[in-house]
Amino acid sequence: MRIIQASEITKTIRRLCIDANCHLPADMKDRITCARANEKWPVAQEILDRIIENYTIADTNNVPICQDTGLACVFVEIGQDVHVEGDLTEAINEGVRQGYTDGYLRKSAVRDPIDRVNTKDNTPAMIYFDIVPGDKLKLTVAPKGAGSENMSRLAMLKPSDGIEGVKDFIVKAVEEAGPNPCPPIIVGVGVGGTFDKAAFMAKKALVRKTDERNADPFWAGVEAELLERINALGIGPQGFGGATTALAVNIEKCATHIACLPVAVNINCHVTRHESEVL
Amino acid sequence: MSKTIHTPLTREMARTLKSGESCLITGTIYTARDAAHKRLCELVAKGEKLPLDIENAIIYFVGPTPAKPGQAIGSAGPTTSYRMDAYSPTLINIGQTGMIGKGKRSAEVVNAMKANGAVYFGAIGGAGALLSKCIKKAEVIAYDDLGAEAIRRLEVEDFPVVVIIDSEGNNLYETGRNAYLETLK
Repeated sequence: MRIIQASEITKTIRRLCIDANCHLPADMKDRITCARANEKWPVAQEILDRIIENYTIADTNNVPICQDTGLACVFVEIGQDVHVEGDLTEAINEGVRQGYTDGYLRKSAVRDPIDRVNTKDNTPAMIYFDIVPGDKLKLTVAPKGAGSENMSRLAMLKPSDGIEGVKDFIVKAVEEAGPNPCPPIIVGVGVGGTFDKAAFMAKKALVRKTDERNADPFWAGVEAELLERINALGIGPQGFGGATTALAVNIEKCATHIACLPVAVNINCHVTRHESEVL
Repeated sequence: MSKTIHTPLTREMARTLKSGESCLITGTIYTARDAAHKRLCELVAKGEKLPLDIENAIIYFVGPTPAKPGQAIGSAGPTTSYRMDAYSPTLINIGQTGMIGKGKRSAEVVNAMKANGAVYFGAIGGAGALLSKCIKKAEVIAYDDLGAEAIRRLEVEDFPVVVIIDSEGNNLYETGRNAYLETLK
């Protein structure tokens, strides 16, 4: 049994909130510079240059890459041999409160979806717990902006729709989103499970590195094919046309019911941010 | 070559702007997003005075991050515009001539733009750190209780935008994509 103090969790979450919002992950920068090198449409080239300039300014000046510093999505992998001294959920929320205040990040959380009163400290965090073997605790903060979140879709397809039905639904979701989610985008997909499990997998797919393909060769092939189909749509950076509509398609899948074929598409923008730390 | 626009943006000037044109805006613009638009439209419905001069005004759909010490404003890129579709026609009908945002607009908004001579500009979504450098001054003038959603008066210099939809209804999201796809044929 290993003891981790709640205060240590708060301190870590505070730092992760600030770092994730100001510094784009290296794999994302690689994807964007690679796309810029391959882009032939002049308007698209210009926008990708501005996007690169933007994340460079954010890096240098330690300021948020985007003004939508998101809802704080926090993935927690708790080793089953870990004991947290104190209230874990409150420790995470306190870290978000401190990070968003001290880091000059935007507070975008409202307490109720209808009365819409701002909580003024970006809490509560959206927390996803997972219990794993071992005595470590892994924390990942993935700020999620709403422009792309609002373009996300879920369908309960029929088993007879098969893989073609799944692919068509994903491409249609991206085409209908068009310029709204700030392309070039990352497409997170969850296939299988239940209604809610598919949505969770789609969200989790967005924190997988963009240069890492699904371990199953069949699904890795689907990811590659979909990236090609999506980029053939010609939507382009910001929707002004071009070859760069998506930078990656990340699919997670799992077992499902004999009668089900759920597909969830969680779209993320070119500012796909996340930072992790293992305690 | 970018066209320079000095605010206020008159209807005559707005009508000369064409979809696809790059522009640099200098002068005073106002910020407003969902909650502020709702309140403005409630005032219009009641026939009360608005907290900003809407005649020939450009409204930027943005909710900035808080300014760090020494900054005029925090990161300040555009938010998705369709959420303002329910409100924009009301404001265009009483004098607003420009909107800055990103993403698609409804037919009702485009019709109001055509009828009155207004323009929809796009700024680069997700480039908040870069765009904030063109904002020299920011002051909350209404609805401070809304935090990031409060109405701010901004002084901007060479703020880079592209005309997405012009006053004739031409739309860069359609023409840009089609022109690119033509090159692949």
